[in-house]
Amino acid sequence: MSLEDPQDQRGAQDRELVGVTEEGVDYDALEDLLGEKVIGRESHVNAEAFVIRPDEVQDTLFALRDEAGFDHCSCLTAQEYEDRYESIYHLKKYDDPTQEVGVVVPTSKRAPRSQTAEPVYRTADWHEREAYDLIGIDYDEHPDLRRILLPETWQGHPMGMDYNQDQPQVVTFESHTNPLAEDHKGEESDTMFINIGPHHPATHGVLHLKTVLDGEQVADVKPDIGYLHRCEEQMAQQGKYRKEIMPYPDRWDYSSAGILNEWAYARAAEDLADIDVPEYAQVVRTMSAELSRMAGHMLAVGTFALDVYGDFTAIFQYAFRDREKILNLLEDLTGQRLMFNYLRLGGLAWDLPEPREEYFDTVRDFLDELPQNVEEYHDLISSNEIFQIRCVDTGVLEPDVAKSYGATGPVARGSGIDYDLRRDDPYGYYPELDWDVITEDGCDNYARVLCRLQEVEQSARIIEQCVDLLEDWPEEDREIQSNVPRTLRPDEDAEIYRAVEAAKGELGIYIRSDGTDKPARFKIRSPCFSNLQTLPELSEGEYIPDLVASLGSLDIILGEVDR
Amino acid sequence: MSSQERSADTEAAVQSTQEDRMQGADDRFNSKLREAFGSSPFILTKFDQFMNWVRGSSMFMLQFGIACCSIEMMATYAIKHDLDRFGAGIPRASPRQADVIIVPGTIVSKFAPRMKRVYDQMPEPKFVVSMGSCTISGGPFQKGYNVVKGAEEVIPCDIHVPGCPPRPEALIYGVAKLQERIANGESSPVTVKPYELKQFGDLEQDELVDHLAQDIDEETLVMRYNWADSP
Ligand code: SF4
Repeated sequence: MSLEDPQDQRGAQDRELVGVTEEGVDYDALEDLLGEKVIGRESHVNAEAFVIRPDEVQDTLFALRDEAGFDHCSCLTAQEYEDRYESIYHLKKYDDPTQEVGVVVPTSKRAPRSQTAEPVYRTADWHEREAYDLIGIDYDEHPDLRRILLPETWQGHPMGMDYNQDQPQVVTFESHTNPLAEDHKGEESDTMFINIGPHHPATHGVLHLKTVLDGEQVADVKPDIGYLHRCEEQMAQQGKYRKEIMPYPDRWDYSSAGILNEWAYARAAEDLADIDVPEYAQVVRTMSAELSRMAGHMLAVGTFALDVYGDFTAIFQYAFRDREKILNLLEDLTGQRLMFNYLRLGGLAWDLPEPREEYFDTVRDFLDELPQNVEEYHDLISSNEIFQIRCVDTGVLEPDVAKSYGATGPVARGSGIDYDLRRDDPYGYYPELDWDVITEDGCDNYARVLCRLQEVEQSARIIEQCVDLLEDWPEEDREIQSNVPRTLRPDEDAEIYRAVEAAKGELGIYIRSDGTDKPARFKIRSPCFSNLQTLPELSEGEYIPDLVASLGSLDIILGEVDR
Repeated sequence: MSSQERSADTEAAVQSTQEDRMQGADDRFNSKLREAFGSSPFILTKFDQFMNWVRGSSMFMLQFGIACCSIEMMATYAIKHDLDRFGAGIPRASPRQADVIIVPGTIVSKFAPRMKRVYDQMPEPKFVVSMGSCTISGGPFQKGYNVVKGAEEVIPCDIHVPGCPPRPEALIYGVAKLQERIANGESSPVTVKPYELKQFGDLEQDELVDHLAQDIDEETLVMRYNWADSP
């Protein structure tokens, strides 16, 4: 969605959308809509995909967005085959994420050039840069096609097929001289260039913001990522489905949200290989995932308060006190404080700890105390006047801007977008339980924090119901694992894109199988990656302290941004 | 107050102090330390030793987060574990105020030079605790095309704390060990290991270097990531 035509967008919603039927998407109608542009059709496990020519990307995507209502470009997967390069745009709808379609753009091996999708979906900007960086596809007309994750001086494209990992990478010392050594004052103006990060207490890890200041105001900010690019996709492509991949998801979003990430992989792989999960395991998964979400949100709130108040004492410590309790519960369950590695394809590693009653009691104790603790946060944070001055009406993210950047999770819900995959694209045991999706209409930093605090309460509701269910579960039905073949070999050329609602938003996994026991392509759609892209929108023209607050309220985890 | 009175006051005070002295040492001097050192209230030590003890007893950590391990590092600073109890709990935001850097996470090629710069900015003497498997060998990501195989490729380390991530208890143990070593005057010599700046001329003249050589001045320093040579 380009920003100039919100009118069109609204028009499209009133109009009858093409290809929507009672049962979901009518792909034939979509094919008619695209007409000549379609040169082939593929069936992915999650949706149908249309193959188009590389010079018709924008026309196709505009048609799908405006006529058929696919307003969410969830992910772009690029990959190299023996005979071609391919970019796949995974499109969805914010209103109903079960309506999906893929757009496949093959390009030739010799000159991999394809038209950019950036004018249609702003989020394509970074996604295409990543594809260029790692795979080596050129996107014509892209506004700023540079490397994004690797250093500028890197030679070759590491996820391509002919990359030699042992070749030395040489970096000149000049490229690492102090960027502040010179005075960056502009000739005419009095703007000033400053680097925030990559080592800075307010960047939540190793993020680098290239900021241009005009006095106290932010004139321009460019996030520079890649300082924690740990080759997660390569690691997953080298692991076997059954057990070797599962430890890695814990390390994507490491704010204790590990189980949610594991579930993303589990869900994609289970759907790909057609594995069932026993109901009992689903309930335990749901419970542990929500515990993870709470721990993640606590960390978010604690560090946000640290950013806004700069105080290491009160709120930060309160948040860590509550987090410790959750970590204890998770440790009892999984055996680890942070890297749980608890889910298995088709089930769980093991059952709840014995004695079960004791475990349920500890969980209940924690839940009983929680309302009081959350009240404390509201006293300390949300009803605090200073906090309100810092956060209300700063870092405003309008809903249609958020959509075009593919923002999800609390960032989208804080802008009033009612989008939560737990409800909209149900999985696990969520549909059976009674809970609400939180949205706030403030669109500002304050709304995003409120969203997180309220989601903690909703998670508590879910856990409570799960505990009740688990307590009454008949002993003979406590099945934690379904039958899964020892070596998993999904069908050749099966492709799937599946997402779950992780702590930060839509965490999607694309897997292509080549018939072996390892994935041929494993792509991670990270919510933080898309959310971070909105930062310039939030902070340009605002004051520099608001930039820090906005960054904190986006709650990014660099491990997940860079993967 | 007349001068008479005052002198009387002073006299009385002097007298009572003298009396005290005659009766042996004031209770206040009878500390545990004094007992330990015998009758003399003086401690004789080398200035170096004293400084080492001081250094080890009060350490300023650099607030430095990289990856997942930094979450556990934060938990170590926070309540329950509270590293501050051991005289090592003040995170400083600026490297110029810190004397210990905990390296908590995976180091990748883009970050390695930046970390080196942060380390260089710390005043001497400085100490390094490397936390987690990633800083020992690259950990779970060792095979990655972009991952530096351990912190020691970039900066010298005093203590390695293994684990993925190490529990806060383990980190506390590591820091306590470091304090002990510092107090005893042991720490790793500050030398920069393989990942050092090299003269461009030192590099093997392979194809890539030849290709790049055209653009680079002979005098230029280069850094080199050679994954094949890494342990
Ligand atoms: S050692 Fe493990 S927990 Fe620590 S940074 Fe590396 S992967 Fe993360």
